[in-house]
Amino acid sequence: MGEWRIMNLDQWLPVFVVLSSLLTGIIIFFLKEEQHGIRTALNMAGAIIKLIVIGVMLHGVFHEQVYEFRLPLLPGLDLVLRADALAMLFVVLSAVLWLVTTVYAIGYLEGSPNRSRFFAFFSLCVTSTMGISLAGNLFTFLIFYEALTIATYPLVVHRGTQKALRAGTIYLIYTLGGGAILLTGVVWLHILTGSVEFTQGGAIGQLGAGERPVLTLIFFILILGLGVKSALVPLHGWLPIAMVAPAPVSALLHAVAVVKAGAFGIARIVYNVYGIEFAADLGVTFPLAVAASVTIVYGSLLALKQDELKKRLAYSTVSQLSYIALGMAVAGPLSMVGGLVHIVHQGIMKITLFFCAGNLAETLGIHHIHEMDGVGRRMPWTMAAFTVAAFGMIGVPPTAGFISKWYLGLGALEAEQPWVLAVLVVSTLLNAAYFLPIVRAAWFGKPPEAWSDDRGAGRFETDWTLLAPPIFTALLTLGAGLVASMPISPLQWARLITQREYWP
Amino acid sequence: MNGIVSIPWVAWAVLFPLASAILSFLLGQKRVLWAGIPGVFGTFLSVLLLSSQVWQQGPQRYAIGGWRAPLGIEWHVDGLSIVMLLMTAVSGLFISIYAVGYYSRQSRGHKHSNNLFWPLWLFLWAALNGLFLSADLFNLYVTLELAGIAAVALVTLTGGQVALSAGLRYLLAALLGAMSYLMGVALLYASFGVLDIRMLSALAAPGPAVFISATLMTLGLLIKTALFPLHFWLPPAHANAPAPVSAMLSGLVVKGSFYLMMRLWVEVFPSSLWPIGGQFLGVLAGAAILWGSIMALRQGSLKMTIAYSTVAQIGYLFLFFPLASPRLFIAEGEVSGPGLYAFWGCVYQALSHALAKAAMFMAAGNIMRVLGHDCIGRMDGVNQRLPLTLFAFGLSGVSLMGLPPSGGFVAKWLLLKAALEKEHWGLVLIIVAGGLLASAYVFKVLKHALAQSSQNDLLERVPPTMDIPTLILATLSLLLGFTARPLLSLLTRGSIF
Repeated sequence: MGEWRIMNLDQWLPVFVVLSSLLTGIIIFFLKEEQHGIRTALNMAGAIIKLIVIGVMLHGVFHEQVYEFRLPLLPGLDLVLRADALAMLFVVLSAVLWLVTTVYAIGYLEGSPNRSRFFAFFSLCVTSTMGISLAGNLFTFLIFYEALTIATYPLVVHRGTQKALRAGTIYLIYTLGGGAILLTGVVWLHILTGSVEFTQGGAIGQLGAGERPVLTLIFFILILGLGVKSALVPLHGWLPIAMVAPAPVSALLHAVAVVKAGAFGIARIVYNVYGIEFAADLGVTFPLAVAASVTIVYGSLLALKQDELKKRLAYSTVSQLSYIALGMAVAGPLSMVGGLVHIVHQGIMKITLFFCAGNLAETLGIHHIHEMDGVGRRMPWTMAAFTVAAFGMIGVPPTAGFISKWYLGLGALEAEQPWVLAVLVVSTLLNAAYFLPIVRAAWFGKPPEAWSDDRGAGRFETDWTLLAPPIFTALLTLGAGLVASMPISPLQWARLITQREYWP
Repeated sequence: MNGIVSIPWVAWAVLFPLASAILSFLLGQKRVLWAGIPGVFGTFLSVLLLSSQVWQQGPQRYAIGGWRAPLGIEWHVDGLSIVMLLMTAVSGLFISIYAVGYYSRQSRGHKHSNNLFWPLWLFLWAALNGLFLSADLFNLYVTLELAGIAAVALVTLTGGQVALSAGLRYLLAALLGAMSYLMGVALLYASFGVLDIRMLSALAAPGPAVFISATLMTLGLLIKTALFPLHFWLPPAHANAPAPVSAMLSGLVVKGSFYLMMRLWVEVFPSSLWPIGGQFLGVLAGAAILWGSIMALRQGSLKMTIAYSTVAQIGYLFLFFPLASPRLFIAEGEVSGPGLYAFWGCVYQALSHALAKAAMFMAAGNIMRVLGHDCIGRMDGVNQRLPLTLFAFGLSGVSLMGLPPSGGFVAKWLLLKAALEKEHWGLVLIIVAGGLLASAYVFKVLKHALAQSSQNDLLERVPPTMDIPTLILATLSLLLGFTARPLLSLLTRGSIF
């Protein structure tokens, strides 16, 4: 009896993770604008409850416990939420960064209109991300993947200006188009195989040889659909434009929600639908590796040309994201570790950079890199966090970025694809070329007599709700690198996933 | 308990709205709601109880006055009819609540509209329920005709030049359609001497008489359902009617003639009609989806956009004909395959469109009430004044676009699956493109509504009876995404097919 009860509760844990932000979002939507006390309490309670439930599941998944919830939607087709090791990697990242970003957003949006709508859709956005992470089959993944598109739109156009509305339209054209392509691929795959459960080692490897050409075609359709959100060149056009959104949205968009959903989807397709060995056997991984490499270099080149800080960061996202796809496409255990761990590492580094950019804009009205001379003296903590994250992006040890690049490099050698090393080297040089000048100007540049648009410091260099989040994520960036060999690090978790994929 | 089960709810589903229609007409202006509200809830409950009967006991036949066919009139209820009845009941309930709010403020200037709305609407509801329950061709004609006349009268309720001319066009189309259908029926009756669907399906062998009458009846129903290119009457009629009327016309009335079309093709007409006829209807359906969506995108007024969206969404319904095959329904025991998916997909499309489109027209009514106009280009600030309504509009838009997790998504998934399985690549493309075009026109509206407005003065508020039912109906269209299993299982219960 007791056993039965425990089993039953286990089944509901993934549902709680999704509901904790869904219900919060729905209640917040109906709150009045001025009820910010209740709104903040709800936001924090939702985020913290979610983290507690995730903590329990993390422990269980490590010990090979299964948490699975099934709801039949159509004959032969279930909505499945399942916590496996790969799901937990993304769930933990999203939940932690959601909490941090919520704190940041509360400070950032203070006094601006439509906050109830903002936080409601913010919660729906996280709900969709949780669903994407925990989706146990391709059908469920598709549901939340599309829901994410819709939930994000009101956030992108939040300010309601003509520029924001235009960005929203472009965002929709790309993402809805990608979604439609993805839908076609998913339905097609269902016709061949029935329901596609995410399975360690691949779900469709057992299909006959006659299906190989169709399966290859479907692979590329699926990647094309997912490539929009993960900003593979030439499908990346929406990302730099969408950064007109408020800073917390950009931060979440670039680190967790939208772009990561695409990259995570590619991981699910490669590892849990096709299976890495079957995909390599089909010969579909090499074109993916080429596309990823092109994106890495091209994104960095464009980043170099930007003077607007957020734009430079956005192109840097385009580039950095494809490390994840590259790690998967190189088809070897070590590069898989590198790609997976970069899902987390890119998230914590990029969110730090966007928080810092938001602080500069909010506190001093700085939007461009040429205005940043000497800003390190006015806002030392913000710029310290920025520096750590920028070093991480370049791959300087002991930051998180170094770990990613190290494993990607080792993986390339292990898979006997040395050309990948060249891509990594070129990209690292470019990363340095577009981040180091900012760092140098901020610390060693000559500050102006007075900051033209200074809104005052308060007790710290800016409001504490704006300052604490980037410092926290910068510490994570350092920590993920420093304690990489400890069992709680993202690296060790990525190794666990790899182990289960290759040697189930 | 036993008593409730044995009551013939089939009869009450029609008698309730009919009686209250007459009563509300007799009570007149001031006390119209005394009959209207009990009528609405009574009808809703009757349908609910009837569906539980069908769920438990399977399909039912009910001979009016105890006279069996072919002499008397029989009513028949199976999975398909009950799903359509439920669709009408749920939409109808919330449209009615909305109408209470809609007419409570407007009543001064428009004495007649309030006066006649309730009798006409309940009469329409009775006719639709009768249509879904009838089992012989003549009875079907009568109910279809009654529904059409009530609908035309409802369109002209606001008075005014535009509404009258739209109503006239609608009347013309309705009459043409009815005449064409009736000639077909007459021809069948002359050839076989029966009108009961079940008897006809056994008798009607392929031959010139059957083909001609099938063509005539189909043509009539196509006009009534407004399938491209016979949709000319729909946009002005649906766009110029009062909001609750637009909601029921777009959501429900066109489904009535589509339902009849489906039943005739599956049950009465010989299967040799399917290959050519089905493909032909498929071409029209595809054209409707593309043309309707593009026209919706080009409209400047909100209600015209929504009306053209209906033209497009009707196209999806007719994908049933190229994708289903009669063999599926005749050969017993086949439980999967593209034909079944197409059947499920189209019925689900009818359901989710009924809820979503009704909600969308109701939202448009709220927006017009507050802004005083429905020009999309001047909708900035709707977001601040009508957050709930705009949210409802967005939710129903999600269903129209076929995005998850909505009823529209389930329909699109099933149809796409049927099309891919039949390797009907043209339709695959159209289904996908139709979804994208739908997002284009829905987001065009949302984009303007989300724009920051400089003026924040509230001109007029809408009562909660107007924005709450809108939100509920829109939410239901979304929740339909989670109820496919029980509904599809009810649909196949004692299926005629």
